[in-house]
Amino acid sequence: MNASPTVEITGVTKTYGKVRAVTDISCVLREGETIALVGHNGAGKTTLIKLMLGLIGPSAGTVRVLGEDPAAGQFAARRRLGYLPENVSFNMSLTGRETLGFYARLKRAPLDSVETLLHRVGLTGAGDRRIGTYSKGMRQRLGLAQALLGRPRVLLLDEPTTGLDPALRRSFYEIVADLRADGATVLLSSHALTELEGEADRVIIVNRGVKIADGTIEDLRRIAQLPTRIRVRYSDADASRMDEWIGRTGAWRRINGHMLEMDAGPEEKLSLIRRAASADAPIADLDIVPPTLDELYAHFLGSEAATR
Amino acid sequence: MKNVLIIAGKEIQEGLRNRWVLATTLLLAALALTLTFLGSAPTGNVGAGALEVVIVSLSSLTIFLVPLIALLISHDAIVGEMERGTMLLLLSYPIGRWQVIMGKFIGHVAILSFATLLGYGAAAVALAVTEGAIDSSSLTAFGSMILSSILLGGVFVAIGYLISALVAERGTAGGIAIGVWLLCVLIYDMALLGLLVVDQGKTVSGGLLNALLLANPTDVYRLLNLGSGTAGALSGMAGVAENAALGPAALVAALVAWTLVPLTAAAMVFSRREL
Repeated sequence: MNASPTVEITGVTKTYGKVRAVTDISCVLREGETIALVGHNGAGKTTLIKLMLGLIGPSAGTVRVLGEDPAAGQFAARRRLGYLPENVSFNMSLTGRETLGFYARLKRAPLDSVETLLHRVGLTGAGDRRIGTYSKGMRQRLGLAQALLGRPRVLLLDEPTTGLDPALRRSFYEIVADLRADGATVLLSSHALTELEGEADRVIIVNRGVKIADGTIEDLRRIAQLPTRIRVRYSDADASRMDEWIGRTGAWRRINGHMLEMDAGPEEKLSLIRRAASADAPIADLDIVPPTLDELYAHFLGSEAATR
Repeated sequence: MKNVLIIAGKEIQEGLRNRWVLATTLLLAALALTLTFLGSAPTGNVGAGALEVVIVSLSSLTIFLVPLIALLISHDAIVGEMERGTMLLLLSYPIGRWQVIMGKFIGHVAILSFATLLGYGAAAVALAVTEGAIDSSSLTAFGSMILSSILLGGVFVAIGYLISALVAERGTAGGIAIGVWLLCVLIYDMALLGLLVVDQGKTVSGGLLNALLLANPTDVYRLLNLGSGTAGALSGMAGVAENAALGPAALVAALVAWTLVPLTAAAMVFSRREL
C-alpha cells in the first residue's frame, strides 16, 4: 500500500515514574487503513492512543500525527482527529444534541452536521433527552458521533464496541467501513482479537508496552504456523476397525468413544485430511477447525513470554 | 478567545440545568431579604440610612457564604471532570488547557455574579419599596458592595481551581476546600485577634498588621466594605481600618491579585498534569 502515512510513531517510550507503560514502539498508520490495536488491559494501548492525541508527551522518541507533533500545542491536526475514549462519559445534565453542538463548536464543525450525525448513529429521537437518561449503548453511540465531527482523517477508537449489542456492533462497523472508504485512518483498540475479526486490515499486538506483532491476519497466521485441529467421528459399529486405522494414520487423541482429534501442522494438514476422507476410512464425520484468532493471539503472547 | 467563550457558555448552561444558579440565587435572596427586614428595625436608633445597615449585614453574610459557594462550584472543576472522564475527551479537542480554565472561570464567575446581583438586588429593591427614597451615596456603597462580593467570589473560585488542579481525588479537593474556607473565614481572624490582644501593640506594627490583613482575602473584603463611612461606624471596623491605612484602590488591587495568582498557578499546574 502506497497511501501516505497519517500517524508515524518512532521509537517511543513512555514512563510514569518507574513504570514503563510503553517501550520503544515504532509503527506507521496510513490513509484508508483500519488497524486493530490488540493487547490485554494494561498492555499500553490507551497510553499509545493518548500519545497520538498529544494528551501526554513521550519520554523518548517522536510522535507525528498528520504531520504535526500532537503534544506541541498546535491544534490544526486535532481538528481532523476523532477520538472515542474507553468508557466515554458526558455531562449528565445536558441533552445529546446540546453536547454534540458544544463539541462541534470546539472543532469548528458546521452545526448542521450535528443533526446528520445524530441520525447516523440512530439518536435522532433521543437528541433532546438528558444524557443521564441514556443507556450505555446510547452513550457509546453519542461518543462515536462526537468522534465523527468535522470529517476526521484519523480516528482513534479505544475499545469502541464494549457495551454494544450485536446489532449496534454491526452498524458501528458499517460506519467504520464508510470511513475507510472515505480514506480515513481508523485505529480500533481491543483486548480481544476475535472482536475485530474481518474488520481490520492490519493487526498490531502489544503486550506489556512492547509491540510483539504487526501485520495482516494472514501474515500473522503464516508467521505463527499454528496447527489446524482435525476432528473425526465414527459410529459404534466401526469402533473395532478404528484401532487398526489409527495405527496407520498417526497420533490421534481420543476425545470419547466416538471422537478422535489431532492438531495438524500446515504442511501435513492436507495429506491427513485426504487420508481421513478416503473411501476406506471408517469415519462418519469430519470437522476441520482452523486456529481461532484467540489462539493466534495467545500464540503471540506466549512466544513473547518465552523469549523474555 | 472563542474557545474560552464556548467553555464559559457550557458552564453557564450546565449551571442553569443542574439548578446551581437557581439554588444560589434563591439562597442569597432569601438571606438578604431576611436580613433586610430584621435589620431594618433598629435603624431609627442609630441614625444611619436603612441601606447602610443592610450593607453591613449583607457584607457579613457575604464573607461567610460567597467563599463557600465559590469553593463548592470550583473545587470539582478539574479533578471532578478528570474522575468522570469528561476532561480526557475535552482535551482531545483543539483547545488549550489554559483556555479550559479561563472559560470555566468566566462561566463560574458569571453564575456567581448573576446570583449576587439578583439576590442582593432583591433586598435593595424591597427596601426602596418599603422605605421610599434612598440617597445616591448609599446606592454607590451598595453597588460597590455587590461588585466586591463578586470579586471575592472570583478569588475563591480561583483558589478552588488551584486546589482542584493539585489533588488526585475529588474527596481530597472537597476536604481542602472546606479547610481553606474555615481558615479564611473563621480561624484566621480569631488567631489575628488573639495575636493583637496578646501583643498589646508592642511588636505588631501598622505595616505588619497591613500585611496580615492583606494575606487573607476575606479581611481585604471586610476592610473594603466595612472600613469606611457610615458602614465603618456601624460595624466597628473603622478603628481597624484607620490603623490599617489601606485605601480602596489598594484593597481592590489586593483582591485582583488574590484572583490572578491562584488562577495562573492553577493553569500552570493543570498544563503540566499528565492524564
